[in-house]
Amino acid sequence: MDKVIMTVDDSASVRQMVAFTLKGAGYAVIQAVDGKDALAKLASEHIDMIITDLNMPNLDGIGLVKAVRGMPEHKFMPIIMVTTESQESKKLEGRAAGATGWIVKPFKPEQLMSVVRKVLG
Amino acid sequence: MSGNELDAGREAFKEEAAELLSELELSLLDLEQHPTDDELIGRVFRAMHTIKGSGAMFGFDDIADFTHEVETAFDLVRMGKLAVSKELTNLTLRARDQIRTMIDASEGKASVDNAVTEDIVVSLQILIKVSDGTAEASDIAQTESAASEDKSLQATYRIKFKPFAELFTTGTNPVLLLNELRQMGTCNVIAQTDAIPPLEQFNPETCATYWDVIVTTTQDVNAIRDVFIFVDGMCELTIERIDDDLEYDDSEAGMKLGEILAERGDVKLDEVNSLLDGQKKVGQILVDAGMVDKGHIQAALAEQQQLKEIQEQRQKAASAASIRVASYRLDKLVDLVGELVTVQARLSQTAVVNGEATLTSIAEEVERLTWELRDSTMGIRMLPMGTTFSKFKRLVRDLSLDLGKEIQLATDGADTELDKTVIEKLSDPLVHIIRNSVDHGIEKPDVRFAAGKPRMGTVRLSAGHSGASVLIKIEDDGAGLDKDAILRKAIAKGLISNDAELSEKEIYGLIMLPGFSTSESVTSVSGRGVGMDVVKKNVDALRGSIDIKSKKGFGSTFILQLPLTLAIIDGLLVKVADDIFVIPLSVVEECVELTKADVEKMNDRHVSNVRGVLIPYIRLREHFSIDADDLETEQIVVTEVDDKKVGFVVDYVIGEHQTVIKSLGRMFREIEGVSGATILGDGTVALILDVPRLVNTVERDTPTRTVGV
Repeated sequence: MDKVIMTVDDSASVRQMVAFTLKGAGYAVIQAVDGKDALAKLASEHIDMIITDLNMPNLDGIGLVKAVRGMPEHKFMPIIMVTTESQESKKLEGRAAGATGWIVKPFKPEQLMSVVRKVLG
Repeated sequence: MSGNELDAGREAFKEEAAELLSELELSLLDLEQHPTDDELIGRVFRAMHTIKGSGAMFGFDDIADFTHEVETAFDLVRMGKLAVSKELTNLTLRARDQIRTMIDASEGKASVDNAVTEDIVVSLQILIKVSDGTAEASDIAQTESAASEDKSLQATYRIKFKPFAELFTTGTNPVLLLNELRQMGTCNVIAQTDAIPPLEQFNPETCATYWDVIVTTTQDVNAIRDVFIFVDGMCELTIERIDDDLEYDDSEAGMKLGEILAERGDVKLDEVNSLLDGQKKVGQILVDAGMVDKGHIQAALAEQQQLKEIQEQRQKAASAASIRVASYRLDKLVDLVGELVTVQARLSQTAVVNGEATLTSIAEEVERLTWELRDSTMGIRMLPMGTTFSKFKRLVRDLSLDLGKEIQLATDGADTELDKTVIEKLSDPLVHIIRNSVDHGIEKPDVRFAAGKPRMGTVRLSAGHSGASVLIKIEDDGAGLDKDAILRKAIAKGLISNDAELSEKEIYGLIMLPGFSTSESVTSVSGRGVGMDVVKKNVDALRGSIDIKSKKGFGSTFILQLPLTLAIIDGLLVKVADDIFVIPLSVVEECVELTKADVEKMNDRHVSNVRGVLIPYIRLREHFSIDADDLETEQIVVTEVDDKKVGFVVDYVIGEHQTVIKSLGRMFREIEGVSGATILGDGTVALILDVPRLVNTVERDTPTRTVGV
């Protein structure tokens, strides 16, 4: 079965770019508009990996990482944060919260794929 | 420099240039595939640089001037100021051909078209000017390439990766990281389990395993660090290069296990040395002493092994250095060895007849040395097939461009060795078969795509040993041979009759008949009238055979089987009256008896019934007009050539014999059915039968009687 990746971002264009790239590589993709939406989808769908933006309304990326790590069944879920270069401190914060890795915006499809392969195999 | 020295120098330059040019061609073709490979760029530059330098020294000023232009371009590429593009490689390939022409011209061959030279130079200059605008942008690339100068060199790293216990809580799977390392090159991963607590204390949600990895890779240390980028700060990680002083250190046979363990910080060297008096292996002693556990020993052993292999590889590369010898000297040597083998055979025979112990033992010693000498002499003449592969790469590239097809040439078994003469004579047949595959076999990209195949067609050229012969395969994934079309054509050309019932193999065999060409329209590439019949003739002359396999829609395979060397033949000695003949063992199937009664039963029809199969035979006695009485019982040596069995009737079969082939003098060259001669131990000359031609001759001269079941 194809692995399922959830892309969480309030920008539709970023979500579409991520979804397009991942689908092209044979993954199934679920889109969520913010942390809250992501948690709702996580409760109802099978998801193997999360790629999340940091700044989002309702629940931001760090909050999402903390929430997911708090769930026993998703304790080991690979989570990639999408950051901008200026957010070095956020990177550390995310790491502390339990994010698996990060990708710096703007990124190219091949960069995204290399990160996904790194944490999902 | 005196005139003679200058001439010798010029000759040496030409030889060297020829070699450099073929290397250059290969590098350029590779460069097309890997345009950023610094090593390849360097190679192209060096080749041009050398040709320019030596050319000027020996008065080839035109070559030097011309080469200078190309060198300039590649100097820019080297500095990162000019990118490798299709135009550049195309131009450089043309330049390479032009240099070739210039060298040939100096030998009085075809003259140089100066307009071509001019055109290439101008095009190169334009290319350089155009790229000038982008020179600044690629300055970054320049520093980058300088930093990774020795990137092409392999390096071996020792990586210790010890994740913190809470690694899993970030969703990291360490196995994926190790897999990533495995993809970088030769890699040995050893898991260290000594930190895993007893089961009752074991928490599966923490990471207690750590890893030692030895990896040999062409990538640099930063690439290794990148693998661990997400676990930075969540593990202990050390990366050390461990093979730097290995380069030319062949005095020592690599580092000792104890030294490696000590250097890795696993044990202290003193402790190792104090324990070394024991008889057990170092690793075992250390484990017994409880100083280090098995996992670490295993890691150190893996390291030792990998370093040893790398060192061996490097030594092999260093010792592959060679000297150049004129081929006529080699031929002379082979001739002399041939004579020696003959004399040795006589000596052995004399010793047997004399029965004297001292002489026998000397003869045996001489025999052993002679065979060894013979084998190594033949070895000198052997060249790897790969030397010709580059030429075919170019051929396929140029042809597919011309024909608007997308075709790659895959090669395999480039290190398969074959006699130099065989390789040389094989060149034309291979060119022809590959041309056929490219031209007729592989379809246009759109046609392929419509048929559900990849647009890019593949021609695979592979070589390999099979017993005493070499198999060369040319496979394509094209349209395959069309049996019906072949049959129609053969009938139209009157090669076979309308109602002929042919097996698949026989149908494919038709394309090798003289006067057969399937190409519907004659293209510029193949179908110039020189067809597969010439290929077959050439291969036959090498004592080889061609086998064709094909599946419509899936492609065709041509398999050439060739003897390892032309100088020696494994033969079956047979006797007719007082004459001895050699039948090449490669075609011999079996030997059966033929009695007068058998002959009478068949009404003298020269056909024998061998286990229910009728096999036509040729009486050597009749064919060579040997005047002697027939024996009551004779022998038939059954041979098989091109799936056709033919027997040869002889008086006696003496046995197998490996012989050195001597060509017959000019006077006898035209004799059909005899391919050469050999001198036997007692000094008699035996003729070597050319079985296929012998059969053809008999078939032609007596079509109604002898052969043809």
